[in-house]
Amino acid sequence: MTLPLADLLTILPELLIVGAACLLLVLDPVMPPAKKSLLAWMSLGTLVLCFFISASSMNDRVFAFSDLVVVDPYASFWKLLLYLVSALTILLSMTYLKEERIDLAEYYGFILLSLVGMMVMVSAADLLTIYLGIELMSISLYIMVGFKRFEGKSIEASAKYFILGAFSSGILLYGISLLYGIGGSTRLSEISAVVTSRGGDDPLVLIALMLVIVGFGFKVAAVPFHMWTPDVYHGAPTSVTAFMAVASKAASFGALLRVLLEGFGGVKPNWNGIIFAMCLVTLGFGNLVAIVQTNIKRMLAYSSIAHAGYALIGLVVAGQAGAESAVASQGVSSIMLYLAIYSFMTVGAFAIVAIVRRSGVEGEELEDFTGLAKRHKGAAFLMMVFMVSLAGIPPTAGFIGKFYLFMAAVNAGLTWLAVIGLIFAAVSAFYYLRVVMVMYMREPSASQESETRLALTPATAIVLACAIAGVVFLGLYPAPLVSVTQSAVLPF
Amino acid sequence: MTVPMSYYLVLSGLVFLIGLVGVLTRRNIIIILLSIELMLNATNINFVAFSAYLGNVAGQVFVFFALTVAAAEVAVGLAIIIALYRHQSSINVDDFRLLRW
Amino acid sequence: MMELLVILIPVFPLVAVLLNGLLGHRYSHDLAGRIAFGAVGLSFVCALMVFGHMLTTGAAYEVIAYSWIFGGELMVNLGFLIDPLTTIMLLVVTGVGFLIHVYSVGYMHGEEGFTRFFTYMNLFMVSMLLLVMGNNYLVLFIGWEGVGLCSYLLIGYYFDKVSAAKAASKAFVVNRIGDAGFLMAIFLVFANFQTLDYTKVFEQVGQLSTGTATAIALCLLVGAVGKSAQIPLYTWLPDAMEGPTPVSALIHAATMVTAGVYMVVRNHAIFDMAPMALTTVGWIGGITALFAASIGLVQNDIKRVLAYSTVSQLGYMFLACGIGAYTAAIFHLMTHAFFKALLFLSAGAVIHSLGGEQDIRKMGGLHSKIPMTYKVFLVGTLAIAGIPPLAGFWSKDEIMAHAFIHAHYGLYLLAAIGAFLTAFYMFRLTYVTFYGQSRMDPDVEHHVHESPGIMMKPLLVLAGLSVVGGFVGFPPEHGWFHGYLAKVATPVGALPHVVSLSLLLGLMSVAIAIALGGWGLAHYLYAVRPQAADDLATRVPGIYATLLNKYYVDEGYDRIIVEPCKRLGLIWDWLDRQIIDRCVRGIGHMTDVSACWITWTEKHVVYAGLNVIGYGNHLIAWSWRKLQTGMVHHYAAVIVVGFFLLVHVLLLWLTGASIL
Repeated sequence: MTLPLADLLTILPELLIVGAACLLLVLDPVMPPAKKSLLAWMSLGTLVLCFFISASSMNDRVFAFSDLVVVDPYASFWKLLLYLVSALTILLSMTYLKEERIDLAEYYGFILLSLVGMMVMVSAADLLTIYLGIELMSISLYIMVGFKRFEGKSIEASAKYFILGAFSSGILLYGISLLYGIGGSTRLSEISAVVTSRGGDDPLVLIALMLVIVGFGFKVAAVPFHMWTPDVYHGAPTSVTAFMAVASKAASFGALLRVLLEGFGGVKPNWNGIIFAMCLVTLGFGNLVAIVQTNIKRMLAYSSIAHAGYALIGLVVAGQAGAESAVASQGVSSIMLYLAIYSFMTVGAFAIVAIVRRSGVEGEELEDFTGLAKRHKGAAFLMMVFMVSLAGIPPTAGFIGKFYLFMAAVNAGLTWLAVIGLIFAAVSAFYYLRVVMVMYMREPSASQESETRLALTPATAIVLACAIAGVVFLGLYPAPLVSVTQSAVLPF
Repeated sequence: MTVPMSYYLVLSGLVFLIGLVGVLTRRNIIIILLSIELMLNATNINFVAFSAYLGNVAGQVFVFFALTVAAAEVAVGLAIIIALYRHQSSINVDDFRLLRW
Repeated sequence: MMELLVILIPVFPLVAVLLNGLLGHRYSHDLAGRIAFGAVGLSFVCALMVFGHMLTTGAAYEVIAYSWIFGGELMVNLGFLIDPLTTIMLLVVTGVGFLIHVYSVGYMHGEEGFTRFFTYMNLFMVSMLLLVMGNNYLVLFIGWEGVGLCSYLLIGYYFDKVSAAKAASKAFVVNRIGDAGFLMAIFLVFANFQTLDYTKVFEQVGQLSTGTATAIALCLLVGAVGKSAQIPLYTWLPDAMEGPTPVSALIHAATMVTAGVYMVVRNHAIFDMAPMALTTVGWIGGITALFAASIGLVQNDIKRVLAYSTVSQLGYMFLACGIGAYTAAIFHLMTHAFFKALLFLSAGAVIHSLGGEQDIRKMGGLHSKIPMTYKVFLVGTLAIAGIPPLAGFWSKDEIMAHAFIHAHYGLYLLAAIGAFLTAFYMFRLTYVTFYGQSRMDPDVEHHVHESPGIMMKPLLVLAGLSVVGGFVGFPPEHGWFHGYLAKVATPVGALPHVVSLSLLLGLMSVAIAIALGGWGLAHYLYAVRPQAADDLATRVPGIYATLLNKYYVDEGYDRIIVEPCKRLGLIWDWLDRQIIDRCVRGIGHMTDVSACWITWTEKHVVYAGLNVIGYGNHLIAWSWRKLQTGMVHHYAAVIVVGFFLLVHVLLLWLTGASIL
């Protein structure tokens, strides 16, 4: 059997990135240490190339490998976002790894491999490819989380993530095996047909559905499958945390939406209630627990849980039984918009955490930010904008994202879901603004002033510039991104 | 005489549960890893049984992928455990409580 | 041409923000200050020209900067609506804003964060201008949040004061409660009209049912109450006095806190459809007016007296809105901006000359030492107390007369008592501060000096405005001001009414008598017989203490909301650890697989039930946090439990039972 060339061309970006990753791993031992940053630039170059390839095929809709893979506008949108986030992570890591003295080129290889996993997830049309994508992403992430291998926290986080991640994919895989038993195939389209014909009351369908939701709930960090998030985000190197909080969440949402809406589109009432309940507890839990955190990375971890809750509002809208397709696609596009905006502000916030260093350690405790505005005005200002945006205050992009989500909820007749979202958004201002308060309204101690410095290099400056540009520009002029998300929704 | 389909399902369900309970109750991280393997193997039983029952090879193909992925996972997992053991001199999960609250 | 001018109005301060914010550390404070007030001055000039144009043509028009959000049915422009109401607000905001900026250059002279201060102030101006100029709810909302944020930053301006940071957080969180209501109103408007543009909404407003209109109006009111510091969300404003005094004058007296009034007037078409909401507005205003005035009677911090007075005067504006006297509300908003800015700034001058002292018990006898400051302060006092022919008299009298004529006698009574108290506490403040024996520390007294010219000049201008500002509304109900605003602030379906001149004159004389009465009492208690006030305080200690402690509202909020939550949190924390620990341990002992399966299927109902209760009531973050034990198998257990919980939810959902 030969592989048709057309199929290979369809997954050209994935192939390129895998190639680059392998090349990296091979070149790493033979490169002189001084030239290792070349490898990072090489991976960046690959990402830029892939960005153009995916952007040029943005409007195509192609199936490949006998329907295992699909490249449609929806997948391309997520891929573009993932390239961007990966590129920012690589740029941030170049400085961060040096500061933490874990500057190994294989790290970039793992980022690229993980990225391929995510790309496979979002363009999978078959549960097999989805599973492979998830595992490729996760296994690379397990390693990256433990990258500070001389530090107990990092290794511990890695072990916890590994155990729980493998556990949850076991659950997911069991669900997939049941679905295969029901449908005789793992194609989403065929599963959809069988599920629709067997109806929502079939216990096997229900159990499989539940197991799949648990598996994905874990990946997107929705309550009650979120327990790993704070520990792992806290222990992992900050650049990896940023990557996980943004890229892996986006890819998991991308795959989750496709599985639920395409595979289980026929039994919407059966999963919508569950998603609804998850959405409520996720919003409540993430926002309330974030209030009592004193470590910024943990606070951002809870905030990322809360943001998963906001995004789930869009899924509830899309899964609303009997909603018009216009409303349903509004739900999907608002999730895409929200996660795109969320990427900018979260990467920005983590970047600040990574570059504010106190006595050679990153500034991850809230206390490390005391009076930052006095000494490092720029960093404090950027952090303020990211926090304000995360809290959803206009005219930053964070407001636009929330506005579209809540608007979609109101349009779908879920007015009081929007009310709950609004209330929690109001609560969230409390913990985000606390960071601003610490930076702007506290006097730093003398030792603190002399100990704190910024690891500001051209690379980190680019990251911050991109993040702030995204947050401000998308807040002031979101129209282009909105129209892209609206044209790239899943077909209903 | 053929074995009815339901026997396989019950078997895989039991194996899955043994694995699940193992993850929840055992403290030795290696045993937890083995329990996770049990869960994965339960799904493999499912896939093969369904495949034979439906006369469709897709399930067996899936098993190959699942086995490969599991092997990769174990390789990484053991590496993490070794790093952890070097650090903590213990493979009891109760000892890993640096990160909490 | 006009469109360009309109767009330039917010652009000037924005440019100043960028200049001072990005490059401010490169050049001197002097230049930074000039850029800051120069930009606001240019905006004022533009506003004047726009106003002049409006005077000649009288037609409202819209200016669209660009289309901001679109997609589906939603289409929102970053656009401005210029009509008589907007131009009045523009003049007040930029005019008073300009004077306060000039004053601040002197007041903040030599402060370390001088440039930072002006960056925030200009950012505030940009937000406030967006707020009053926007042609749709979303632009209004951007401004609304923006002013809140700037207010937050400016209240917490003094790094070293812990109380300042606390006050800033309090202001922001209380405001967020209001903002949530406002945003909800915006969603409701969109759901009902499919647009957010004022003009389109108000054209279709007749289709609303009374119920919907009331819902929207009440949501808007929640927002307005938060921003304008009305009962029950007023507690943040007195605390906000922790910020520098020019901030109190600009944000917490003249402009931002009046945004709620502006918003109600702007949306009067919706409020007119909802009589119930309108009545609520009126009573909230009336009660706040009296309530805050009574607290103001006994406060000893000069800025806090003024803060309570602001809350009280805002109450008058709400009262006016509630009885449909929208023009009077805006009129009072304008005169209040003049005399309250004047009072705050001259209080700032007093504080400045005393080296930071704010307690009036440590002042006294200042009228001879700083005569200019004394004179302008007196003008402000006369104006707010309602002594004719100063500005405050005309606007306050109009509100009270309107209440009486339209038979809102209860509200009239509240307003009248409030007016008496206002006159009393303001003259008390004047007498205690400027007359009597000096109670200053000798070395403070030694350094008392008149403030520099850059601070005095704005004071003189504001004093002039406080004197003559009321004549734009003369004769009452038929002045130029009323004609100008007639198109935008006349209640829907209002009938022209004829009131006899004698009634008007009668009401006017009552108002004058009330004001003079308050003055007289203050004169007697604090100038003629200074001991009498203390005697009074000792004779009714209960009332005095209650007033001094602001009716214990802050303590009450603490005891009713904060404390029980904490206690509940502790209880749940304990229960939670017990339940989670027991369950996890229980699972650990279930080694027999078959037994395990049976127990689980049997128990998960109980287990899930327990947890639903636990989680449902578990609104306290602290105890949630304790769930994070750090143990991997606990986490795995939560995943499994979560799975069963979800099955549960699903079954409930499918059987049609409501989980909620």
